[in-house]
Amino acid sequence: MRVTLHVWRQKNARSEGKLVTYQVPQVDPDMSFLEMLDVLNEELVGKGEEPIAFDYDCREGICGTCSLVINGRPHGPEGGAATCQVYMRNFHDGDEIYIEPWRARAFPLIKDLVVDRSAFDRVIQAGGFVSVNTGGTPDGNTLPIAKTTQEKAMDAAACIGCGACVAACPNASAMLFVAAKVSHLGLLPQGQPERARRARKMVAQMDAEGFGNCSNYFECEAACPKEISVEFIAWMNRDYLKARLTEPDTVTPGMGAKVGPSPVAGHDATAKKHPVA
Amino acid sequence: MELDAKVPGGPLETKWERYRSDVKLVSPGNKRKYKVLIVGTGLAGAAAAATLAELGYGVEVFTFHDSPRRAHSIAAQGGINAAKNYQNDGDSVWRLFYDTLKGGDFRSREANVYRLAEVSLNIIDQCVAQGVPFAREYGGLLANRSFGGAQVSRTFYCRGQTGQQLLLGAYQALSRQVGEGRIALHTYAEMLDLIVDDRKAQGIVVRDLRTGAIRSYTGDAVILATGGYSNVFYLSTNAAGCNVTATFRAYKRGAAFANPCYTQIHPTCIPVRGDYQKKLTLMSESLRNDGRVWVPKESADRRPPDQVPDPDRDYYLERMYPSYGNLAPRDIASRAAKKVCDEGRGVGEGGRGVYLDFQDAMARAGEAVIREKYGNLFDMYHEITGEDPYRVPMRIYPAPHYTMGGLWVDYNLMSNLPGLFVLGEANFSDHGANRLGASALMQGLADGYFIISYTIGSYLATKKAGRLAADAAACRQTEQEVKQRISRILSIKGKRTATSIHHELGKLLWDRCGMARNEQGLKKALQGIPALREEFWHNVSVPGDGDDLNQALEYAGRVADYLEFAELLCLDALTRNESCGGHFREEHQTLEGEARRDDEQYSFVSAWEYAGPDKSPALNKEPLRFQRVHPSERSYK
Repeated sequence: MRVTLHVWRQKNARSEGKLVTYQVPQVDPDMSFLEMLDVLNEELVGKGEEPIAFDYDCREGICGTCSLVINGRPHGPEGGAATCQVYMRNFHDGDEIYIEPWRARAFPLIKDLVVDRSAFDRVIQAGGFVSVNTGGTPDGNTLPIAKTTQEKAMDAAACIGCGACVAACPNASAMLFVAAKVSHLGLLPQGQPERARRARKMVAQMDAEGFGNCSNYFECEAACPKEISVEFIAWMNRDYLKARLTEPDTVTPGMGAKVGPSPVAGHDATAKKHPVA
Repeated sequence: MELDAKVPGGPLETKWERYRSDVKLVSPGNKRKYKVLIVGTGLAGAAAAATLAELGYGVEVFTFHDSPRRAHSIAAQGGINAAKNYQNDGDSVWRLFYDTLKGGDFRSREANVYRLAEVSLNIIDQCVAQGVPFAREYGGLLANRSFGGAQVSRTFYCRGQTGQQLLLGAYQALSRQVGEGRIALHTYAEMLDLIVDDRKAQGIVVRDLRTGAIRSYTGDAVILATGGYSNVFYLSTNAAGCNVTATFRAYKRGAAFANPCYTQIHPTCIPVRGDYQKKLTLMSESLRNDGRVWVPKESADRRPPDQVPDPDRDYYLERMYPSYGNLAPRDIASRAAKKVCDEGRGVGEGGRGVYLDFQDAMARAGEAVIREKYGNLFDMYHEITGEDPYRVPMRIYPAPHYTMGGLWVDYNLMSNLPGLFVLGEANFSDHGANRLGASALMQGLADGYFIISYTIGSYLATKKAGRLAADAAACRQTEQEVKQRISRILSIKGKRTATSIHHELGKLLWDRCGMARNEQGLKKALQGIPALREEFWHNVSVPGDGDDLNQALEYAGRVADYLEFAELLCLDALTRNESCGGHFREEHQTLEGEARRDDEQYSFVSAWEYAGPDKSPALNKEPLRFQRVHPSERSYK
């Protein structure tokens, strides 16, 4: 089969970007989407032209490196799959395919289709952990955990940190990403001592990074390659609210982590939305 | 070169305990005066970074990824071994130790392996405390599954994504230290050389992948936790970015490279299709708990699998290895698959595949149970092949997966270059000639959480805190060499892509130095590799410049290193004139086609020393002495 691609090309954050059209004449339906781009890039490099920069690594849907908005959908047409797991058999001969980067203020563009997602790392650095040092931990079986609790925590922990939730959200909100970690740890007994503090610190950092608020579009859930449920957002909101009421107001955004490229936005109902440019 | 393994004296069972009592300590007030540079943020690197920072050392961490969480440990599926004996099925530290040593075909260092088995107990506790959501039984206690090469159930798991959860645990511990300002984290930072001065490792040269800036970082010690080199084969189950550059550069600066020919070919991967594939996908070994491996008995049998009745099927692993059956170790299962396909009994495209069939397990336990255990793996298979494994058996074939070889280290995990430590898959120490399933995660975390925290003290306590200035002559010289190499690659402006040359190298290695090797083939490979290298340095095309994100340039640099390293791999395979574990020399097999070791001549570690460009590297031997175990023929029958 043959497809026509319209790919976002941009030399770096300072230059202008534009959609460039490429023909890929010989596509095997069993190829993955990224293999199709590899074939195109091979051709470009062979001609001495710069290949299209895009992110990938494990190519089995677990590292969270690959991105791409394909025909307006983060990770493309298949539900529950990362871009590297999308196969050309989902497209048709003669299709026009638009490929764009994740677009969000908190994810500045580096080149072509590659964006900087370090804002996610800083949210984790602010509180996405259980504060235990190495050594001195009790035997693993001294802490029985109900199978259902563990399964639910695992559902949330399955997040691969790809950022599709942000790319899909009209507000560029990171609520699903943050909620997944707040819930994973907050559901488990190990996460209880820091539960309130964690929710507050992670939310504060999320706001500081310039992610928008949630207004229940639920586009994040639809785009999530791991099909993480928006229920966790409700879970986090309850935790956050409880924390605001019960914990002293000592949390400041950042707390040692570097603040991202965007100005601070408040996390409350009156906060300004961050529509995608 | 002197190779002193520095194994402590005394009985095997108490070596590590005594070591910990005797090792020199660095006082809390002094720890912060030392700076440790850590390259790589997989299980070993992230665990080491978190642990050393918690102890108070100054730590700087480098990864070429955009985030530490992307390291390839994240892709490990099946599980992690630990000798907890929670199942009451007869497991013990001794048994895990013995299984690992035997699994490695008696080509690893006894004392290191025993320590690994001991430390396995702490890893599970540590991970549980971090909130790793290990699978549980209804009573709330931890669940286990079985893996190859063991007759006990000692593997802990998180669905089919154990590596992900363990890595996120380590990543979160690392992130906590970053947030508290105790670790400086450098992402998009690729190490391109090691700075050696006064015969000690003193720093690294790093390229910022976003800006192309080259700069030196110096420290009191350098830890490489940069993974393995399976991608030298071009097609492997490793992530696209995995590469040999960091360890190979260290080798060229004087660190010995040990047993490069010990490569693991994993039996259960999705077979190759098309020429455009860049990587292969693993199907976890855990599937062999319930899946039965078979091919038709007759080579002419082309019926679809559901129309081949039981008597016409050959469940060859169960037939050949009745006591381990489908859970035979990886090297053995891979060779058996190759054998039946060589006989013309392979299935699928090109006859390079065998069935992994779940019909019996689903009939016995029900589809729901199989779905719960392996759902995500079945989905992954379905997405990739377009076939539904609940209805049609999976088709699998072996592929390069892991490398047991790596930089030589002593009991302290320090290389022969003082100040250079090597952890995880990047070192050679624990898996001998073949690694058992679920032992890579164990080793990565053992090295990072529980071993380096003690052993780094043995070096730092003898050293005054203080590091080379970043503009010292050694730094500037090394930076200069890195820059020259990059300009040289960019200036070739040839006709061929680095991918096509890498692909050709991979095919050559797979044919000549893959699952089966012989003298003639290896000699051919050793002739072919320099020609490919020549082709690269005269005809590679790398567009763009070195001043911004240039993925073609990054990749070409890695391919250039593979083109040199591949020669070392083949030379080691040629020199080791015996079969052991994953290294199968066709000249040395038993009547039944099993690997035949030659303990009299080859019970040693091959540690190769770089001798200069166009010179053959020098072979140094560390003899393997077994204090408690008597190497025997490795039988799984």
